[in-house]
Amino acid sequence: MTQPVVPDAGPASHPPTGVRANQFQRFLWRRSTLAVAMVTPLIIVIGGLVVYPFTYSVYLSMLNKAETMFVGWGNFTFLFKRDTFWMVVRQSILFALTAVFFKAIIGFLLAHVINVLPDKRQRLWRGMLLVPWVMPPALSTLGWWWLYDPTYSAFNWILGNFGMHVAWLSEPSWARFSVILVNIWYGSPFFLIMYLAALKSVPTDLYEAASIDGANAIQKLIHITLPMMRNIIAITVLFSTIVTFANFDIVRVLTGGGPRHTTHLFGTYSFKLGIEGGDVPLGAAVSLFMFPILAVLAFFILRNVRQRSTEL
Amino acid sequence: MSAKTIKGNRRWALIMAYVCLAIFAVFFLFPPYYMLITSFKSNVEISSQSGLPLMPSSSPTIFHYINLLTETQFPTFFLNTVIVTLLSVAISMVVSVLAAYSLSRMKFWGSTVMATGVFLTYLVPETLLFIPLFKVIGFMGLLNTKWALVVVFPTLAVPFCTWILIGYFASIPKELDEAALMDGASHMQMLFRIFIPVAMPGIIAATIFAFTVSWAGFLYPMAFIYSNDEMVLTVGTVTTLIRGDVFHWGGLMAGALLAAAPPVIIYAFLMDYYISGLTTGATKG
Repeated sequence: MTQPVVPDAGPASHPPTGVRANQFQRFLWRRSTLAVAMVTPLIIVIGGLVVYPFTYSVYLSMLNKAETMFVGWGNFTFLFKRDTFWMVVRQSILFALTAVFFKAIIGFLLAHVINVLPDKRQRLWRGMLLVPWVMPPALSTLGWWWLYDPTYSAFNWILGNFGMHVAWLSEPSWARFSVILVNIWYGSPFFLIMYLAALKSVPTDLYEAASIDGANAIQKLIHITLPMMRNIIAITVLFSTIVTFANFDIVRVLTGGGPRHTTHLFGTYSFKLGIEGGDVPLGAAVSLFMFPILAVLAFFILRNVRQRSTEL
Repeated sequence: MSAKTIKGNRRWALIMAYVCLAIFAVFFLFPPYYMLITSFKSNVEISSQSGLPLMPSSSPTIFHYINLLTETQFPTFFLNTVIVTLLSVAISMVVSVLAAYSLSRMKFWGSTVMATGVFLTYLVPETLLFIPLFKVIGFMGLLNTKWALVVVFPTLAVPFCTWILIGYFASIPKELDEAALMDGASHMQMLFRIFIPVAMPGIIAATIFAFTVSWAGFLYPMAFIYSNDEMVLTVGTVTTLIRGDVFHWGGLMAGALLAAAPPVIIYAFLMDYYISGLTTGATKG
């Protein structure tokens, strides 16, 4: 295909005149047609399977159980009056905040610790510590489910040697602890790799200069590392909050939301009502409650990502 | 500070580092380790708790693995997962490569807004959409078939893959495509001869991401598929290998490990590509 040579600079630098203008316009037209054609599959996938389902779910949440009648805010006011629903709200927030907090701390600590090692060892340890994050969570949670087994498994065997016994998954507060622990186990490696990459991008001469000025390790951490990593820490924490808040696999496999709905998150509760309970509109209403929280988090992530890209 | 104390500090830091790493390595690796040793123990050994439960069996057996492959539907689940994953990865990559090329190089009306929109859809979790998608899949007549997953898994992979590929493509110098255009290359030739080869690390990272999303997918198959013939590994292992009898643990652990093996193996070889893709994707605009 031969095209007239038109550099990327655009019309400003090449004022089109006469025959050349015609060709130039044709080129532009072809170029943008091709550009649009190439994003069309993306638009179909995202429009048809993300945007449309989302708007449809808003409509769906306003129908009655049989989906024959429009009930407006009926499903939402029904949920507001249920204690179980408020328990789900509280548990989702507790789950997300606690898990993200510990994941961030552990990831930060391990990133620093690995960064101290000689280069060859770094790869080895990083690889080993990423295992939890590499296994599909639904399957690794099965392993945890077995570990939590009250009679025959490892945790209670170890505790048994000290004369203790814990009903990991059948006592509400222990069950809440258990699901959070698995989430921390699964998610910490993600923080580790994000922070490790961030640490490596801090220029080493900053530390050298600080050492010459007599700064100790803690001063370096506060005055160099944290400010340099601030943006990545923010992005990672916000992103992980979304993913943790919207978790499904771990709770579903480990407790199914039990005992007595105490470990349900928005995701598992809406699955229970919508798919298993057959009340699709009510399930849609429950999952829509996540939207405002997710939207706020997404707003901050976008702002941080933008900031970061202008900094670089 | 004398050279000696700096050296001493270094040493201390290193010792503390290893202590800390050892503690977390135990925490991180104990569950897979325990899954592994359980899968090689006989039911009698698991139930009697003879010997030390934390140690590998003194008389290991591969009974659970044989049983899994011959007596259960595990091979069917495996095959279904392979089919679903291959197709979703292929669809996701074609869609994202085309879109990323267009959005990073051929500016058109609304292309920046669209790039931001792609990033935002990456932040939309499955749990927000599975109920309306359940209806949409129903309209398409795909409920209870693995093809439903081939349709929905790309929605999870495409936003992130497009996003990181835009980053990789944008880092290719403009002079390169100007030179190619000058030589009369078409956009398609440029994409295949220049962009894809140069951005290969990004393409590999995106492919691994798409693979992981499809292989590990749990909520969508759980919601859309209920017959065992169409089931995939994650849900099949969780739901069908748990039988009435109490001592299904050996078989269950064997199943979970076999099902988790392909992603773990892929990561073992391609970890660096994936990490650099992930970290640049999340940290560069």
